[in-house]
Amino acid sequence: MTLHLDAKVPPGPIADKWENHKFSIRLVNPNNKRKFKIIIVGSGLAGASAAASLGELGYEVEVFTFHDTPRRAHSIAAQGGINAAKNYHNDGDSVFRLFYDTVKGGDYRSREANVHRLAEVSLNIIDQATAQGVPFAREYGGLLDNRSFGGAQVSRTFYARGATGQQLLLGAYSALMRQVEAGRVKLHTRAEMLDVVVKEGRAMGIVVRDLVTGEVSSHSAHTVVLATGGYSNVFYLSTNAMACNVTAIWRAHRKGAAFANPCFTQIHPTCIPASDEFQSKLTLMSESLRNDGRIWVPKNAGDSRPADQIPEDDRDYFLERIYPAFGNLVPRDVASRAAKRMVDSGKGVGPLKNGVFLDFEAAIARVGRDTIEDRYSNLFEIYNRITDEDPFRVPMRIYPAPHYTMGGLWVDYNLMTTVPGLYSIGEANFSDHGANRLGASALMQGLADGYFVLPYTIGDYLADYLGDPVVPTDDPVFGEVESGVTARVDGYLGANGSRSVDWFHKELGKIMLDHCGMARNEAGLQKALSDIPALHEEYKADMRVLGSGESLNQSLERAGRVDDFFELAQVMCLDALAREESCGGHFREEHQTEEGEAMRDDENFAHVAAWAWSGDPSQPDLVKEHLDFENVKLTTRSYK
Amino acid sequence: MNVVLQLWRQDGPHAPGGFKTYQVDGISEDMSFLEMLDVLNERLVNQGQEPVAFDHDCREGICGTCGVMINGQAHGPQLGTATCQLHMRKFHDGATIVVEPWRATGFPLVRDLIVDRSAFDWIIEAGGYISVDTGSAPDANLIPIPKVVADTAFDAAACIGCGACVAACPNGAANLFTAAKISHLNLLPQGQAERWTRTERMVEVMERYFGSCTNHAECEKACPKQISIDFIAMMNADYVTAKFKNRRLVAQS
Repeated sequence: MTLHLDAKVPPGPIADKWENHKFSIRLVNPNNKRKFKIIIVGSGLAGASAAASLGELGYEVEVFTFHDTPRRAHSIAAQGGINAAKNYHNDGDSVFRLFYDTVKGGDYRSREANVHRLAEVSLNIIDQATAQGVPFAREYGGLLDNRSFGGAQVSRTFYARGATGQQLLLGAYSALMRQVEAGRVKLHTRAEMLDVVVKEGRAMGIVVRDLVTGEVSSHSAHTVVLATGGYSNVFYLSTNAMACNVTAIWRAHRKGAAFANPCFTQIHPTCIPASDEFQSKLTLMSESLRNDGRIWVPKNAGDSRPADQIPEDDRDYFLERIYPAFGNLVPRDVASRAAKRMVDSGKGVGPLKNGVFLDFEAAIARVGRDTIEDRYSNLFEIYNRITDEDPFRVPMRIYPAPHYTMGGLWVDYNLMTTVPGLYSIGEANFSDHGANRLGASALMQGLADGYFVLPYTIGDYLADYLGDPVVPTDDPVFGEVESGVTARVDGYLGANGSRSVDWFHKELGKIMLDHCGMARNEAGLQKALSDIPALHEEYKADMRVLGSGESLNQSLERAGRVDDFFELAQVMCLDALAREESCGGHFREEHQTEEGEAMRDDENFAHVAAWAWSGDPSQPDLVKEHLDFENVKLTTRSYK
Repeated sequence: MNVVLQLWRQDGPHAPGGFKTYQVDGISEDMSFLEMLDVLNERLVNQGQEPVAFDHDCREGICGTCGVMINGQAHGPQLGTATCQLHMRKFHDGATIVVEPWRATGFPLVRDLIVDRSAFDWIIEAGGYISVDTGSAPDANLIPIPKVVADTAFDAAACIGCGACVAACPNGAANLFTAAKISHLNLLPQGQAERWTRTERMVEVMERYFGSCTNHAECEKACPKQISIDFIAMMNADYVTAKFKNRRLVAQS
């Protein structure tokens, strides 16, 4: 079956598309909304905001999360802020500018119409969150404060100290709990979705496993929404929470949802380097540190003197040297690759030689210790807790780490996947960030999708099915999927091999980081494509999962997630191999300028690469959605 | 370094539980406490024993998923630090460390070190929100909020819902958790319309599941976000006022 991609972008000028679309799509009468049942998987910014909004509208909503409470979702860990084109600071911001910056920041690989809509609704998000009681930072006059962020020349980032994600999520969570209290949303915690049920070509429900009792059960609805986040944990070490995984969207992919741009992953330049082989995750240090910190390595490889004994002449402030115009403030992808080149050439610092210095000495001398303390004390504390080093006295050590995934399920303008009735919102879809996401845009997109886009677009689909009951869960189609899920779970328990699930996950992560990480080349990707299936076979035969499937069993939970990561990893490598250009977070070493900068190929690659499941993860089918740029001029990004 | 763990194992809420001793050798002092447990689990799996179940997720101290009693202290010895941010350098080589789940009637045990904190959700459900349907919000800058008010509301809103306050409390009370949410919303102008009903309802649900506060202040000490017990005083004051305000006739006068 060949997949046909219809983005359903409404006609008309870019600024009118969303307004016109809202008017032209069908609505569901308020009294009829309660006749429709909607399943939402995931309770982060996108899932919680969608569930709350749809509950308020009167739909019957069920939310599933594998956490013990919706408030644990990883949106909570976002530090920096959320963008909105409010122009409260009179510095020339506008919806069009936010749109323009986001398309350009994404290196021209996103869909213009979606991004413009995102910029439009960014205004409403700030209003909504403030009304909910989100304690955004304020100025002394009592009005909202803004800060600036990478990739923009205006101050448009709203923030709540270093915990903007936490406060926004708690806002969405409180709205969700209000609907739970009102009886319009039913909440299922510690319930992991393990498959989507598709009947007659439409998504009709899901099969979940209760993580406490092990019970596998079916749930049916008129439509299913996946808000299950990104897949950076395919690299094992990333800034994601331990439980983040691809399973929900991967199972949907196997049921017919195309997976778009899987190789577009973002590596964040300022994370604390790993300290030993048992490291379980990497901790991000906010990008804002680069405003005052100078990044350097010793000039000579193998120089192991402590930082304070390396004289100025023996230091290489490589970002300032290579990119004099932007210096330490070059975008994330550029900074990350430069740091990698330094470490690869033997100039890495720290006990494992796996980092570069981020030095505040000059800033402290310039503005004083008190000012630096004011700006960054919470970050310095986190750093100190983890490394036992005091950044006021010795430079921080940082290194890039996988952070965010721009790729995800392909969705049309209505946020529907290629499976009718199956929607995907937030980081789980591919839609708005192109090949690189700008700082403070992830929170914006999650909430835009959940509060202000999906609640409108979902009605257009449902309107066709007024009066149709949901498929009963005793329908054979559910039984079949349930048996499949049970067989999978039993398979992991029965493998009875010799190595833990985590061991295999770490090995997979190493392959992915080496060959499909910050820099990619054909030989490396080919090697990964032969190593991954081999390791996957070994995994299936040699994994060891103890205990039973009838009680809480964390190794068993991970076994399925890692299994799916193996399949995803192959498609990521295939996508990276097929995209013979460098753009945003995707850097192909074959496609760079003499100075080592990324070379885009707009002629041949101004498209979304959507992969369709063929039954074999090593041979998915590639379908392309061509991207037209009518409002933004394609230019080469230069930071010199 | 080497440590000895006296660790609580229990297969389920109705199964008998008890301490088991594990020798964990050759760990690095740069490891986090949870990474030390990862190492233990990896070794247990290799020996054919079931790994220890413990809750954890972000490992950055913000999601509130993790939390165990370490030598009788919720989240262990380091002030203002969640279990995931505690590192092994805070322990001596050769130390014996007692690891237990949160112990509170309001948090029934699920397995090993995992407890069920659903009652926190029920408290929030009872009024831990401002009723504003999506789309009905006025412009965000319409109501100026003094910086000090916004900052204090944030101090309360910083709560991560981990449950350490309950675990540390000799009475198993959830007053710090409840007060943090009530104060966050009651301090803000947006939260005034529902202030009195919110306070009364949330306190009453809290009392259904948790013990009573007798001002030991252990909660403040255990809180990884160091939320002040001043908020409990604010909650109590609002609760008393609510008892008057919520009488229908008073509202009409």
